[in-house]
Amino acid sequence: MLSLFILAPLVLLFVLNLPINFIGKLAFWLAGVLFFSQVLLVLLHSVFAWSAYPDFLNSFFIFNLYIDNLTRVMFLTIGIVALVSLIVAQGTIVQERQKFNFVNLLLICVIGMNAIVLVRDVFSLYVFIEITSVASFILIALERNKSAIEGTFKYLILSAIATVFMLTAMAFFLLAAGDLSFAAIHSAFYNPGASSILKLAAGLFLCGLFIKSGVAPFHGWVPDAYSAAPACVSVLLAGITTKVAGVYVLLRLFGSVFILSPAFANILLFAGAFSIVLAALAALTQDDFKRMLAYSSISQIGYIILALGCGTPLAFAGAVFHFFNHAIFKSLLFVNAAALEKQSGTTDMNKLAGVGSKLPVTGFTSLIGMLSTAGIPPLSGFWSKLIIIIALFSAGKFVYAGIALLASVLTLAYFLSFQRRVFFCKPVLAESTLSTLGNAGRTTFGLRFCEVSLCIITVVAGILIVFIHNNGILPLRGIFW
Amino acid sequence: MIINLILLFGLILAALWTVMTVRLIRSIVGLALTSAILSVVMYRLHSPLAAVFELSVCSGLISVIFVTTVSFTQRMSKEDLLIRRKERFLKYWYLPIILIVTGLLLSRYLLTPQFTLIALEPVKGVDVRNLLWNTRHLDLFGQVVMLLAGALGVVVLFKESKK
Repeated sequence: MLSLFILAPLVLLFVLNLPINFIGKLAFWLAGVLFFSQVLLVLLHSVFAWSAYPDFLNSFFIFNLYIDNLTRVMFLTIGIVALVSLIVAQGTIVQERQKFNFVNLLLICVIGMNAIVLVRDVFSLYVFIEITSVASFILIALERNKSAIEGTFKYLILSAIATVFMLTAMAFFLLAAGDLSFAAIHSAFYNPGASSILKLAAGLFLCGLFIKSGVAPFHGWVPDAYSAAPACVSVLLAGITTKVAGVYVLLRLFGSVFILSPAFANILLFAGAFSIVLAALAALTQDDFKRMLAYSSISQIGYIILALGCGTPLAFAGAVFHFFNHAIFKSLLFVNAAALEKQSGTTDMNKLAGVGSKLPVTGFTSLIGMLSTAGIPPLSGFWSKLIIIIALFSAGKFVYAGIALLASVLTLAYFLSFQRRVFFCKPVLAESTLSTLGNAGRTTFGLRFCEVSLCIITVVAGILIVFIHNNGILPLRGIFW
Repeated sequence: MIINLILLFGLILAALWTVMTVRLIRSIVGLALTSAILSVVMYRLHSPLAAVFELSVCSGLISVIFVTTVSFTQRMSKEDLLIRRKERFLKYWYLPIILIVTGLLLSRYLLTPQFTLIALEPVKGVDVRNLLWNTRHLDLFGQVVMLLAGALGVVVLFKESKK
């Protein structure tokens, strides 16, 4: 049953590319049904218990796929963000051919991400990280303009460096553990004769994953890639792709495969805090909405890395919850950016001044997304940040807890500045341009649907925190060590 | 040992030349040379299959694709050539430093190994073909998806749109 998560998108990819005329026109709906099924399967897991069904493909192939609560959270997040990205593409990409190409590449991205969360072998993990990255490179350059190519090129070069780090690390893992499975590497960490080479390998892997996650100071590619990509690709990249290919792998490896030594814990804590502060300060100085969101994304990833460095089960559970929340509210904010860009043709905040009155849904949902990012109660972002800060305090990391707390004020500052400039300021666009805003009808229905749906998830996840804590967060604590 | 050292220095010099040379054709030759030396190293490390792949694909096929691509480009003007020749040493000043620091760091682990090479014993005698086809099905599946992604990339990025 588990192999269906990677085989179903591949089968759909082949079906869509069959030489049948009408099949291309169904691409959006078929992909939508597939992603919705993924979300539904995860939500109804307790009803169907599908992961317990034997995998009939195991008689033909040896796939060695495993599932746990962390994998389920990832499946849910991947399904939601892929669905949102698809709907945004339907509303923002004009050419039918380009829309079809986007669906194909999105399916490849989903295959890569689903496989990343299912495998338990470092080499297979690397193969699927690369598949996700290659699909992302092409997606960023989809519009083939200069800034898109530049963004792709930066991502490509830094990804190549990350690849070198990860491949070298794998060579050392193989030398010291004799196998690249998670279990073999984990056991090798308890072998005193192999500890030094394994630490070196883990350090190299960490460098590679920092680049893939866009953690400061390896974040150079993130603002260019996020802002140059088409709107639907920005949603996908910021919402899930870089998180699964980088942050999830960090959580999985440093949570249950490698031993988190004090040195690594300090590196993670410092990198997390550095990312939070540096990116929040950089976000304050941005004029472009999408670039500001990109820096905000780097800052929020810092919280997850900080929790990882804390190294307690509660901190890990908080990190996974923040991962989910961040995917939802960052997707929401990028959908808002897509709506603004579609209606006004720009993401420059100076030119967008005062458009809020014409786009009430976008204005309201962006406010919710921003308040959740800044950690304002009772929204979901508040609870995940609270769990991380409590975990830091409990572990005696008072300075880092203080940084995490104060950085929320910085987050609130740059988001309030955005709200004031875009939604509560006198308009600078011509009246004729402004009069067309909010009247695009069917073309923006999909965007509004995504805005409202993601906003509801953000609010409901905050209100139902007790239910989520008991059924989602507490079971996560058992995964780590 | 001496042959290994000569190969290692040859490999580094060829790689540096690939990065630092101004003309693209020379860079391609440097890359092919790097791959060729690497295949010799792989052969000496008792990996003849990997050596053959490295020689035929990386040194041969990829060089042909690069040369084909370069044949579509224009020759650089003499002024630009002179400027770039002057700039290249300033541009890549950090490369030798990275090389030396990495070498020193790795030598701490590799010249005086403080670990047991448990990988060597079980892998000895295992045919790489059996290993790949019988135990790494998921990675082979990954290769198929990667090829599809590459093909889509060519279609999306290089196909001229109808006007």
